[in-house]
Amino acid sequence: MNVPAVDFIAADRLTCSRAGRVVFGDLTLRARSGQLVVIEGANGSGKTSLLRLLAGLLEPTEGSIVLKAEDVEHSDAEERRRFVGWLGHQDAVKPQMTPAETVRFFARLHGSTGNSSDPLKLVGLKKMADLPCQYLSAGQKKRLALARLQVLARPLWLLDEPLAALDSEGKVLFTSLVTAHLASGGIAIMATHEPIEVPSDRLRLS
Amino acid sequence: MMSFLALLTRDLRLAVRAGGSAFLALAFFAAVVTLVPFGIGADSALLARTAAGILWVAAVLASLLAFDRLLQLDMEDGSLDLLALGPIPLEAIAAAKGLAHWLTTGLPLVLLSPVLAVLLNLPSRGFLALITSLAIGTPALSAIGTIGAALTISVRRGGLILPLIVLPLVAPAVIFGAGFVGSTIDGIQNGAIWLLSAFSLGAVLLSPFAAASAIRIALSG
Repeated sequence: MNVPAVDFIAADRLTCSRAGRVVFGDLTLRARSGQLVVIEGANGSGKTSLLRLLAGLLEPTEGSIVLKAEDVEHSDAEERRRFVGWLGHQDAVKPQMTPAETVRFFARLHGSTGNSSDPLKLVGLKKMADLPCQYLSAGQKKRLALARLQVLARPLWLLDEPLAALDSEGKVLFTSLVTAHLASGGIAIMATHEPIEVPSDRLRLS
Repeated sequence: MMSFLALLTRDLRLAVRAGGSAFLALAFFAAVVTLVPFGIGADSALLARTAAGILWVAAVLASLLAFDRLLQLDMEDGSLDLLALGPIPLEAIAAAKGLAHWLTTGLPLVLLSPVLAVLLNLPSRGFLALITSLAIGTPALSAIGTIGAALTISVRRGGLILPLIVLPLVAPAVIFGAGFVGSTIDGIQNGAIWLLSAFSLGAVLLSPFAAASAIRIALSG
């Protein structure tokens, strides 16, 4: 599946306040095509908030975020959202649906008619494709979320603790998916406490 | 349009699989309507006179059942983030949610209402009026309920507050709907059905925008 080209995303002098508390301030970040940025920091340091800001799900208290894609700079949150592939804290998996239905739903939602079984095969869930998701383990649900990322084919991956619940094989799979995404010109920004064997730049929130 | 239909289809599937909200609403509707005669006595004339109002109030109460899950489950499991990042605007998402609610709750209530009307001794002249008024009015219930669900989306135990928001707002539908049935039985021509239609149309048109605004606030909270 073709991923639309993105040149960079740049956050300039960002301040984020939640419930009257400044979570972080004066934060600057820049990630270009093919780059992985790992956000580190203690619990409550604002890793998730930063990812939500970059996704356009939150508005910054101060500062600006610009995403350049196809020679156009997008500073509006609504415009930026259509470039975002999101993997959040929660798995967003419906227990009543099967992995095949889940992948098919997101493919249809995003206007794709591609074969839904391929992403499941890629993440090792082919045999579970028709089993209700309530029977999946936490790691398998995370794999399903990774399959969903493949279906969305968005150039900017924003990943919140993507390695949580994944076994060693799953972590290898994740590494290969991120590597392929970066090689295709995508950007990945992830918050994690775990090491990842992909060349990356680090941003530490205090 | 394909995205809208995909979301609608998913929500219909979830509604059927997740406890059968349509069945629950119908069962509740039937239970309330069956219970009322025990409370007011077996006076068939009194039941006939109050049948339209009882059926309308029971339909409103039954439609409330599924509202607290309409958006809250998507919020809790992170699906709403993914939908907000999807290709369709939040307004379309809210519209799909409201339509799914009406198809799984409002429409079944409309279809069951004639059966329960027999139990309440509704005069035969009022049957068509009852079905017509519920068919026109229940979309307003779904639309206003969607706004209520969006407003309480991030409120802990929002399901308890939701009826307090929704019930006053749907009062015009009950007044015009039951009024239309009553006036039809009495052979009086009035504008109740037009007022109900206007109210329902307004609610359906306004709901996606109001609900989307509330969802936007909840996501940024």
